[in-house]
Amino acid sequence: MMELTDTSSSAIAAEFVRARTRAGSPAMGMVMTLIVVVDEESSEAAMTNARKATHEHPARVLGVVLGSARGKAVVNAQVGTGAGWGGEAAVIRLEGEVVKHADSVVLPLLLPDSPVAIWWPHDPPADPAADPLGALAKRRITDAAEVHQGKTTALQTQCASYVAGNTDLAWTRLTAWRALLAASLDQHPLKVTSATVTSERISPSADLLAAWLRNRLKVEVTRHHSSGPGITEVVLATKEGPIRIARTDGRLATFTSPDRPDRPIALKRRKLPELLAEELRRLDEDDVYAATITSLSRSTS
Amino acid sequence: MSAYVNPLRQEQDRRLPRIAGPCGMVLFGVTGDLSRKKIMPAIYDLANRGLLPPGFSLVGFARRDWADQDFAQIVHDSVKAYARTEFREEVWNQLAEGFRFVSGAFDDDVAFDRLRRTIEELDQVRGTGGNHAFYLAIPPGGFGLVAQQLQEHGLAVAPDELPVGKSGERPWRRVVIEKPFGHDLTSARELNSTLDTVFPPPAIFRIDHYLGKETVQNILATRFANTMFEPLWNNNYVDHVQITMAEDVGIGGRAGYYDGIGAARDVIQNHLLQLMALVAMEEPTSFDAEALRIEKQKLLASIKIPRRIDRGTARGQYAAGWAGGAKVLGFKDEDGIAASSRTETYAAITLHVENRRWAGVPFYLRTGKRLGRRVTEVAVVFKRSPHQPFTATSVEDLTQNALVIRVQPDEGMTVRFGAKVPGTQMEIRDVNMDFAYGGTFTEASPEAYERLILDVLLGDPPLFPRHEEVELSWKILDPILERWADKGTPEDYTPGTWGPASADKMLARDGRVWRRP
Repeated sequence: MMELTDTSSSAIAAEFVRARTRAGSPAMGMVMTLIVVVDEESSEAAMTNARKATHEHPARVLGVVLGSARGKAVVNAQVGTGAGWGGEAAVIRLEGEVVKHADSVVLPLLLPDSPVAIWWPHDPPADPAADPLGALAKRRITDAAEVHQGKTTALQTQCASYVAGNTDLAWTRLTAWRALLAASLDQHPLKVTSATVTSERISPSADLLAAWLRNRLKVEVTRHHSSGPGITEVVLATKEGPIRIARTDGRLATFTSPDRPDRPIALKRRKLPELLAEELRRLDEDDVYAATITSLSRSTS
Repeated sequence: MSAYVNPLRQEQDRRLPRIAGPCGMVLFGVTGDLSRKKIMPAIYDLANRGLLPPGFSLVGFARRDWADQDFAQIVHDSVKAYARTEFREEVWNQLAEGFRFVSGAFDDDVAFDRLRRTIEELDQVRGTGGNHAFYLAIPPGGFGLVAQQLQEHGLAVAPDELPVGKSGERPWRRVVIEKPFGHDLTSARELNSTLDTVFPPPAIFRIDHYLGKETVQNILATRFANTMFEPLWNNNYVDHVQITMAEDVGIGGRAGYYDGIGAARDVIQNHLLQLMALVAMEEPTSFDAEALRIEKQKLLASIKIPRRIDRGTARGQYAAGWAGGAKVLGFKDEDGIAASSRTETYAAITLHVENRRWAGVPFYLRTGKRLGRRVTEVAVVFKRSPHQPFTATSVEDLTQNALVIRVQPDEGMTVRFGAKVPGTQMEIRDVNMDFAYGGTFTEASPEAYERLILDVLLGDPPLFPRHEEVELSWKILDPILERWADKGTPEDYTPGTWGPASADKMLARDGRVWRRP
């Protein structure tokens, strides 16, 4: 990583080109730019996760660390192409007045033509699409389960400001659960009469899962609380008996269904790079998510 | 009663993976390389990715005196050694609960009765619902016997008393076989008829693992999802096409299989002709199995072999020598190969396609063992530009433009074109533009066998060649093989090079040269 102090976008861009030449101009099929907005403490972990996620989607990863907005404007950066990795990365630290104009630093560094995604690992703006950095991106990824303050309302806030292109990792965490539930109804083509979702007390994922089931099955979905981790049980009641998926250790679930023996099934809580990679796989609007959060905000308002 | 529509499935919901319905697999030939290196790891990888149904069961059938645990141990070792994804105890435990082993020979009626009872038991305790795939990872000589046994013991079709699915579908039985699909047209037909009497054609899945490769599927995406390639994809612009599959290894311990088969039967008949079909066929009306098959079949049917076979083909045998810094045996010195063997380890053939798009464009197919390096690629070589406004000296270093689809290794695509050398003079030289599919995307891209096994369990047939295609391929190859059997012997070539001199001469007659892949 090359250190650039008191620098500018054009110097950072020039350093990207130099780093690539130093590496022997390898073929770089970078498919997108990923902006990561973080604070100083979590910047290293976030950049590592972003880099792992972009193994699947070679990208230019721009970490933006927003410092205090007071005082003289300073832009510092670390730039580099990683060994054994198809992308390139820069961590850009902003301080002073320029913090309010972070988009002016990032805009010149976006890759031509290819899409832009932005990820707030912790505290997203209340309205990501209206955020100056968020406005640059086609995909805006928040994480309601990871906010530092206002955990109970984080998902509500994101629902209220939803526009096409927004998405939340709380939804991504559900994919394996949803796949299993959908498969269970493939195997048991039954009418579901009611459903319950059990999870730890604050779980945006469980809120979304309940909303999805309510929206798709058109039945009453009851929430129960447990000590977690995450979602621990989902039950679909049918007239032939319940279809139940219970997972108490965050790894292995038991699948119970009418007239069939109980079966264990691996249902692992996935790590951030995997979630992020799934989120970056498709950059068009997620209609199912949109329908789910519309139904979620309707039921709670 | 109206058909049940699963409310939790929506077409727009593209995050949800396709998970196979309740089912199990019976594996014949559990101790072979194919089972241990490809099939078992692929099954574990599928389980690890959550794509197998709860209760998936794997039954091993072999002539060993094993208990279920011994079989599980074999799978465990192979998964540990060859699986693509990380080993997770909970996934393994879940999978291993469904392992059963049935000991017996292929002609052992008692063993097949045991197999039937095992399957029935699995339907009860694991909920496999009567759906089973029989994977014949055995030499083709055994296909007929096993198929017959399956039929006689009531395994080939799901018994009528099994409940139908709630949406009205019957439990299925499928059979999976691997190449070789015969050694000529007659034997391919015989093989097919032995299977055909037992299983209906849609229940027979022929695995050509090349078709499961992401890069091969990408050929269709490249051609039909883009505008910039297809306009050039015809005899107005294409000079010729070279399809190469080279291996740097010799036949190793496979003398018994290889002797008498040779490179053309082993590789050209299936992999190379399938690749050629995908590269040259017209756009299918959709990407379902039927539409693809129609186009591939049409293309294969319009392939013409050279009028003078001795001038339009070449074959060779690797001699002893040095390859890649190691001293290696010649083909005739290999264990189990007779000194008089005429089996070719290198084969090159010229093919023409008789349709408007490709008239006059030769397709050169070559394959061989003990060549320069392991590589499979399709190179579309374009015509020279009809007029050069530059002087002859300035374009001296410019050859023909080419688009190369690298199937393996280093999956990707290369476009080769001329660019000006920096400096004052106008001098033009070939440069490469690279798209690396490999390096970066591979982490998520599944092994060919994962994709194909999942497709078998889902009953999704587009990537499996049908017997019509197999027969057409033999029709192309048979006259060449007959001619080779009648006359001449394969020419020796130095190991670690790109084949015999006769192959170079074959292209030189057309005024062309082989690319160095």
